[in-house]
Amino acid sequence: MTENGVNSHRGRVLTMDTMNPNVKKVEYAVRGPIVQRALQIEKELKAGVKKPFSEVIKANIGDCHAMGQRPITFLRQVLALCMYPELLSDNKFPEDAKNRARRILQSCGGGSIGAYSASQGIERVRQDVALYIERRDGGIPSDPDNIYLSTGASDAIMTMLKLLVSGEGCTRTGVMISIPQYPLYSAALADLGAVQISYYLNEESCWSLDVSELRRALNTARDHCCPRALCIINPGNPTGQVQSRQCIEDVIRFAAEENLFLMADEVYQDNVYAEGCEFHSFKKVLFEMGPKYSNTVELASFHSTSKCYMGECGFRGGYVEVINLDPDVKTQLTKLVSVRLCPPVPGQVLLDVVVNPPEPGEPSYATFIKERTATLDDLALKAKLTEETLNTVPGITCNPVQGAMYSFPRISLPERAIEEAKEQGQAPDMFYCMKLLEETGICLVPGSGFGQRDGTYHFRMTILPPTDKLKIVLAKVKEFHQDFTQQYS
Amino acid sequence: MLSFRSVFAGTLRQEDMGGGALITALWLRKSAGHVMLNPLRLSPFSSSRRTVFGLSASRCGLIQRKMTENGVASRRGKVLTIDTLNPCVKKVEYAVRGPIVQRALQIEKELKEGAKKPFSEVIKANIGDAHAMGQRPITFFRQVLALCSFPDLLDDGSFPEDAKNRARRILQSCGGSSMGAYSASQGIDCVRQDVARYIERRDGGIPSDPDNIYLTTGASDGIVTMLKLLVCGEGQTRTGVMISIPQYPLYSAALAELSAVQINYYLNEERCWSLDISELRRSLAEARQHCNPRALCIINPGNPTGQVQSRQCIEDVIRFAAEEHLFLMADEVYQDNVYADGCQFHSFKKVLFEMGPEYSDTVELASFHSTSKCYMGECGFRGGYMEVINMDPEVKEQLTKLVSVRLCPPVPGQALMDLVVNPPQPGEPSHANFLKERSATLSALAEKAKLTEQILNTVPGITCNPVQGAMYSFPQITIPERAVKEAKEKGQAPDMLYCMKLLEETGICLVPGSGFGQRDGTYHFRMTILPSTDKLRILLDKVKEFHQCFTQQYS
Repeated sequence: MTENGVNSHRGRVLTMDTMNPNVKKVEYAVRGPIVQRALQIEKELKAGVKKPFSEVIKANIGDCHAMGQRPITFLRQVLALCMYPELLSDNKFPEDAKNRARRILQSCGGGSIGAYSASQGIERVRQDVALYIERRDGGIPSDPDNIYLSTGASDAIMTMLKLLVSGEGCTRTGVMISIPQYPLYSAALADLGAVQISYYLNEESCWSLDVSELRRALNTARDHCCPRALCIINPGNPTGQVQSRQCIEDVIRFAAEENLFLMADEVYQDNVYAEGCEFHSFKKVLFEMGPKYSNTVELASFHSTSKCYMGECGFRGGYVEVINLDPDVKTQLTKLVSVRLCPPVPGQVLLDVVVNPPEPGEPSYATFIKERTATLDDLALKAKLTEETLNTVPGITCNPVQGAMYSFPRISLPERAIEEAKEQGQAPDMFYCMKLLEETGICLVPGSGFGQRDGTYHFRMTILPPTDKLKIVLAKVKEFHQDFTQQYS
Repeated sequence: MLSFRSVFAGTLRQEDMGGGALITALWLRKSAGHVMLNPLRLSPFSSSRRTVFGLSASRCGLIQRKMTENGVASRRGKVLTIDTLNPCVKKVEYAVRGPIVQRALQIEKELKEGAKKPFSEVIKANIGDAHAMGQRPITFFRQVLALCSFPDLLDDGSFPEDAKNRARRILQSCGGSSMGAYSASQGIDCVRQDVARYIERRDGGIPSDPDNIYLTTGASDGIVTMLKLLVCGEGQTRTGVMISIPQYPLYSAALAELSAVQINYYLNEERCWSLDISELRRSLAEARQHCNPRALCIINPGNPTGQVQSRQCIEDVIRFAAEEHLFLMADEVYQDNVYADGCQFHSFKKVLFEMGPEYSDTVELASFHSTSKCYMGECGFRGGYMEVINMDPEVKEQLTKLVSVRLCPPVPGQALMDLVVNPPQPGEPSHANFLKERSATLSALAEKAKLTEQILNTVPGITCNPVQGAMYSFPQITIPERAVKEAKEKGQAPDMLYCMKLLEETGICLVPGSGFGQRDGTYHFRMTILPSTDKLRILLDKVKEFHQCFTQQYS
């Protein structure tokens, strides 16, 4: 096509062979090939192609609003007021929403959310975040200078990992992540050329974390890299477990002994459903363990506006709190985030309202509580429903969904299906999920995208569809699984 | 004051680490050689790096066992210190928000606490932050955003119909009709379609494919992502990227972080910061000795230099890129900010296609735009896009995969981008007001560009090129020998000394030219033209007065 052109003899500058090799290694199953295919099917449906279903149900991602969850009225009122401050003189808006909006606008340059904020985030928002953390953790102090607002939690997780990566060969930074894991971690580590150290969660005891397994993984890794950080997701994604206080203590002790930087992904901190389960922040447990630990263990804890009861994924709001971070390193962190100028200000505004919601006595308090409770109760109900229904299917075993937004059931696949998948060069659970998508329109993510013990197969399914729809989804999955098993037996 | 420079030096400070930590660190330095320690001392591509880090696994194991033999962390200090930090991060510098801005923020706090200063407020002319400088948002944009944020307002009679229609259209393409849903990672479909149509109108009908549009978190995000794709090789084969000097320091910062090789080409200050192909050629030839030059970045209209490239110059650059097999990156975020008579914005895409298929079928180009500049100045929303041309289809798939890890650009920024590329049309109720607001902003900027150039040129020792476009002046300043000496004694760049003094004495915050790069022995500062005209006059008078005093003091 270019044979007479200047470039022809050399082809393109940027090809697969000359591209950053780390980028090639990045994989992110949550938006991987199965989701690409789902989008394609949606287009085909729109174009009138006949399918055995009328719509694609995307249960692949924790995207609450896309699944029909309504935004919290108060959050959106404050946002609208900040977007268009002329509304401050509109008496349809409650006073508490107006007060929040005025307070935020006052801390924006020129009274506009269109101005850049400080790179670390608006000071007032960071103060409110610190107060929220103090309330959450029973009064343990939180310093606004240790809070960095971010573009969703993902951004902050990547930034912290970036700081930690150094060395070459056997001194290269290794980072411990759970298997199954949320693939942001493996993707970020691939992108940074860091070494992924896998530790396995114990599926038999509800995806719990055993310190002996951490020790095994660490010892194996020490032969070929320099393990420097330990990542924990609690409540778990994709596995939905909620860690006990004891377990968190053990992890902290382990990190202290082994000189590891702790990264606690706590974006599902409000999403705890199972009786007897409670969210304990790593920060709180760390400080309750006394100065021997709280003065030494380095911890970064992440939170986001995307999950919990608000589910405001599109705004990309979030923060990280850093504890015991070396002051020189903190200066470097501040410098590093300044290159990207600032996190999106609407997301900062939203985060501020999340950490500083209506108080008793304020006009919006009752509605706020009603909306929040309704969402959380509904999620708890769906968590239970999912577990129960899946466990009625022969060949599917589902741990209790104690928290977060996903079930991660184990599926047994017939030998013949595994063989056929391997012939097609596909992971067997990818093969399964693809067939499910083609036959039912339900989009799930295969367990292989999160990692799992060899020879076991899973899928991740969100519990987010409205109860009626969820029931249909579960019934279809049940039927599909039975047919699939029969077909390949 | 925290100085990145001193941090850069990587000194271990006892007060920042436990005593035990220091001892451990010293022990490590002694016994472990250079493992993990101060990799900065090594040239990143020196062959010694491999030898140093190429210790056998057993040796590594030994060191690590020693490191952990005494139990809890307190004995060994922190996991993450300046010595064990990612060495690339240490090299990142970003002057626009560097030490001078840190000091400005501190002074603001001091003023609040009642400290006496020879001024009553800090004026931050360091950054192109239009709203912070008092520019009002475009009403229509904010109306639509409010409607999208709180759709109950769609029933409100006080919003114009065109705003409501835009909001409905955006919401319909959001999951669950909410801006709170994730969008596709490449950006909302209908927004990318609108962007493509905007580019077609802008470029006189040259087709644009929505599949080539990637929405981003501000233009910076798109630029860093593209650079990331381009980086590979080691040592002599490591990717080199050509950037102008003076440059916008996002480029040098991103290249440092990616440990790519920065290749400097100098703009010609004598000819209004124009770009000479001979200079590109010189710099490329030199770079070929030590790296693999693969990309050429252009900022047009220029930041910090404010020049607007002629069509001829763009053609020459494209021909050069084609001949030399370079990937072109065109940073065009100031495309509406053209003020000077006879100057006009030409997009690289348009010129590329007008040069015919020999070029338009082959030259790889990424062009960047943003919601942060032009007449809207909506920096806080972090909206932006890039258009990729002639990108290898497999690489494009990789790009799509890479951006999916971050899930999606902020949806309010995407909504705003949509409005920018699809503003009120003639006949729609908001059209007149929109035009009024837009022209008011752009004519005020043009006036301020002229005013800045004129006043600065009345000061002996300051020479300012015409501000043809963008939002900054970048005048050359003469600094007396004695001041240069004093700065050097303090380990400061002379123009940093100058700007620091200016800040302390007048409250005006500018960025020293050394943060952008400049020819050795020349000194500059970057100043935005964004303050309101009245304030700008005061500011320019103060700079004038300061420069005269400074010159006198050091003569």
